[in-house]
Amino acid sequence: MHIDKDLVAASSTPLVLSILAEGESYGYAILKRVRELSDGELHWTDGMLYPLLHRLSRLGYVTTEWRTPPEGRRRRYYAITDDGRAALAEQQRQWVTVARALGDVWRGSGGLLTALGEA
Amino acid sequence: MDGVESQIAEWRAYVAKAPAVNGRDVDELEAHLRDQIVELDAAGLAADEAFLVAVKRMGDLNTLSREFAREHSGRLWKQLVLSGEDEPAPPSGGWVEALVFALAAAVAIQVARLAAQFPEEEAGWLRNISLFVLPFLAGYFARRRQLDTRRWVLTIAPFVLVAVVVNLYPYRAGSATELLVALHLPVVLWFAVAYPYMGGTIRSRDRRMDFVRFTGEWFIYYVLIALGGGVLMALTGAILEPTGAVSVERIVEWVLPSGAAGAVIVAAWLVESKQRVVENMAPVLTMLFTPLFAVMLAGAAVVYALTDLGGAFDRELLGVFDVLLVVVLGLVLYGMSARDPSMSPGWMDRFQLVAVVGALVLDAMVLGAMVARIGQLGFTPNRTVALGLNLVLLVNLAGAAWLAVRFLRGRVAFHRLERWQTSYLPVFALWAATVVAALPPLFAFN
Repeated sequence: MHIDKDLVAASSTPLVLSILAEGESYGYAILKRVRELSDGELHWTDGMLYPLLHRLSRLGYVTTEWRTPPEGRRRRYYAITDDGRAALAEQQRQWVTVARALGDVWRGSGGLLTALGEA
Repeated sequence: MDGVESQIAEWRAYVAKAPAVNGRDVDELEAHLRDQIVELDAAGLAADEAFLVAVKRMGDLNTLSREFAREHSGRLWKQLVLSGEDEPAPPSGGWVEALVFALAAAVAIQVARLAAQFPEEEAGWLRNISLFVLPFLAGYFARRRQLDTRRWVLTIAPFVLVAVVVNLYPYRAGSATELLVALHLPVVLWFAVAYPYMGGTIRSRDRRMDFVRFTGEWFIYYVLIALGGGVLMALTGAILEPTGAVSVERIVEWVLPSGAAGAVIVAAWLVESKQRVVENMAPVLTMLFTPLFAVMLAGAAVVYALTDLGGAFDRELLGVFDVLLVVVLGLVLYGMSARDPSMSPGWMDRFQLVAVVGALVLDAMVLGAMVARIGQLGFTPNRTVALGLNLVLLVNLAGAAWLAVRFLRGRVAFHRLERWQTSYLPVFALWAATVVAALPPLFAFN
């Protein structure tokens, strides 16, 4: 399945914030988690994650720190802030509303869904 | 793995060439690349294959560097450096266009000067000077940003409005309000230039910050051009005077107005097209002067606190402190634009806070003494404006200091400091507009 690029872009911020809400992480691990969560359906160009992370950092949603873990190489870690959690909660409300609206209207037009399912 | 190491080094060097990607970003991208290679290695790919796959997954470097540039436009100082498909770079730096507008401004001011018969008769000419120059700057930006008709109209409207207001008021001869209007008019018009500069998007915080940067850089360039121009004029005078053909007064009379007017546009063009020169200068100036000002202001605050404040203040002092606050605000803004917002708090931020707090303490003392006495002395136009400007600046710097403390403690992101300054810009514009439009009638044009 190919997910539209606008949709990928729109979902990237809440996705990254949600992953960081699980605990601090670094770029490569965040991308792996995205793939895992979407069963590999959600395709990001790896490099694009970094400008996004830097934007979140500028907005104060995440803090960053270079660290070398005991086993492994030097990496830049990102951790969510209270502002970030607030922004995530807001995004969550918006996405839930959109998902509910789509769900309602699609349940209403059952014929369309069946047709799509058979295609 | 040696082959892969050299390939990674080559890739690294290539990525580092993108202007908006700095060394630490490249480190971060390289760490990512290496993680990916290790995982692909473990999955059984040969080292060079793993490298190729990892680079491919990283994405097209042009798109990537454009994305970085969009986020870190502060590093580039401009959207103009972004040569992407959606934002075309202006052809050939546009120097012809700049030259046309500079010449137009130079001619306009000369015609106006001759019409007013300056310097034989001064009259109202001096207060109108900026009206002969800044419309050309606005026009230059309106053309450069390719504004549509509606935005052209919105660009021109404030200039017409201000010209009417300033010239219809019946000032008494030698009135103080006329002088104050002359001083504040350029500030009002400068904000009018902001509209075409930002391409009409005056609500955008990023564009506002760009305009603040532009103002700072334009000022540096203008001072440099003025210094060079001064030397040139002095030498011309010294060389030609002995021939008796021309006098220094003649040269100054003709060259100075036109040169000063044209330089306004030329400096703007330089800021737009030769970013890199000033980009290196603003941080150096900030590094040099922030600690010096911090020391001076902290010392002065101690001296003021120890000496008796009572009779020491005369009326001029408030004006001096207005200038001081403007300079400190300038330092704060230069420091802000020279700073990488993603960096954690450092020594420069602390020095800057000391400078701001020192200025605030000093100003609060002077202000307290002034307010107590203004009741007895009464409000004159000069005193009102000095006091008003002082309050406007005081609130700005107090807010900046409060946010800086919270930033140093790690409570807020640096972004919030920028937001405070960009949100405050309309207050300055409003204040200058009030002085130009409302003050003269309030004081019966005295």
